[in-house]
Amino acid sequence: MIIETIAFYLFAFITIASAVMVISSKNPVHSVLFLILAFFNSAGLFILMGAEFLAMILIVVYVGAVAVLFLFVVMMLDVNFAELRAGFLQYLPIGGLIGLILLIELIFILSAWVLAPEAETVARAPVPGGDISNTDALGRLIYTDYAYLFQAAGLILLVAMIGAIVLTLRERVGVRKQKIADQIARKREEAVAVRKVGTGEGI
Amino acid sequence: MDGGFWGGYVWPGIIIILQIIAIIVPLIVAVAYLTYAERKVLGAMQLRQGPMVVGPWGLLQPIADGIKMIGKETIIPSGANRVVFMIAPMLTFLLSLVAWAVIPFDYGLVLADINVGILYLFAISSLGVYGIIMAGWASNSKYAFLGAMRSAAQMVSYEVSIGFVIITVLICVGSLNLTDIVMAQEGLWFAIPLFPMFVVFFISALAETNRSPFDLPEGESEITGGFMVEYSSMTYALFFLGEYANMILMSGMTTILFLGGWLPPFDFAPFTWIPGPIWFALKVAVLLFIFIWVRGTMPRFRYDQLMRLGWKIFLPFSLIWVVLTAGAVVAFDWLPN
Repeated sequence: MIIETIAFYLFAFITIASAVMVISSKNPVHSVLFLILAFFNSAGLFILMGAEFLAMILIVVYVGAVAVLFLFVVMMLDVNFAELRAGFLQYLPIGGLIGLILLIELIFILSAWVLAPEAETVARAPVPGGDISNTDALGRLIYTDYAYLFQAAGLILLVAMIGAIVLTLRERVGVRKQKIADQIARKREEAVAVRKVGTGEGI
Repeated sequence: MDGGFWGGYVWPGIIIILQIIAIIVPLIVAVAYLTYAERKVLGAMQLRQGPMVVGPWGLLQPIADGIKMIGKETIIPSGANRVVFMIAPMLTFLLSLVAWAVIPFDYGLVLADINVGILYLFAISSLGVYGIIMAGWASNSKYAFLGAMRSAAQMVSYEVSIGFVIITVLICVGSLNLTDIVMAQEGLWFAIPLFPMFVVFFISALAETNRSPFDLPEGESEITGGFMVEYSSMTYALFFLGEYANMILMSGMTTILFLGGWLPPFDFAPFTWIPGPIWFALKVAVLLFIFIWVRGTMPRFRYDQLMRLGWKIFLPFSLIWVVLTAGAVVAFDWLPN
């Protein structure tokens, strides 16, 4: 047990510390790197809870794909720090308001957890019976009991994806693209011509 | 805990460390001699001899190279972001080693037999891109940055098709455990019924390890070494070791998913005498030879061709195969379990 406890406090401490660094570090690339560290340590926390499938999916999806693209974009941005700080006071009220709302929500969640722990068991989906791994259990819940909700979530993601493509798609004229089908379909007669060239004449 | 402090924590800890050493030391030796094998094979393909000077047939060349690397000076560019610059090669090397924890070399011969083994491998291989991006950004050099950008786009693209290929195999196995995946191939390796997926996986593995013909992140003839242009000495050596260890890892992954891991090709007398780890090593060696063979024969892809292959060919093709395999498994009642 002591190893688990030490591991828990280690992961939890690094998660919180790197989360603090995400919002306090000056360089946006460092922020993203700390965000990745936070993701990674929360995956460690999942493993300690026995949810190894969720831990791996967290790393594959968030660290392996989402954060890579995030880092990609942040690295390409030409961020002007002086300009960023100039608007600080102007945006302080709205930022503070959002922070306050988040804080109140967190307090609600935490107080529900402390005051009425039985509420959680009521809201929780029943775990499929039998001696099955949690990958199996998740599969059964998602694909049998909540198949429509799962499909709906997929549709929402699809709409977001199509939206992003539509926003960035532009037709440009005069672009030379390699058309591999045309290259393959080209016959010898279209590409090569045999000419008789007399000496000293040229074509 | 039974056995108190010593029996409960210290001895298991020592045993685990010894097991880790028993995996890592042969791996490092394999990496060193893979560089030698690459130079020899490329030499033979180009009608040269390859390294011949240090030791008999040049066999001590990798060791000489290693000592030379350690003896050189580590240079950190003045404009570089020092911490990230130093972390990047360590991360690359570390990630190429930690993945070996779940690779089974024989039945039960595995450091950690976790039941999401294949997802763990997929997760670790998807993290490999960070070493390269961090190196490219922290170097503060345009060539390194170009290499990192290319690498990020390339590795994210090919991971998608690797994911679909893994799903196809998992449909046939019914488990995410690597030992189960190998045991499901008794009698018939997945390379035969899923041959197109085997090819897609191998080509994606080339892209994932940044090997030729997908070596755009390095692209020494275009961007002079890409993300590692500013690295020297041990920091460079760590990238180099990481790349080769990743090659062996991807070959090991291909072996487990498609070539039946440690299983002999035929289940009768002369083949079953040879122990499992040797079969595993032989299969990995054949795949590594193909890695080098491809490097010796293929020209580098152009960037748009690379993206076209990843997104317009491999992605739809592997997606169709996922649906097809699932359909066949259900229709003919071949469902595992």
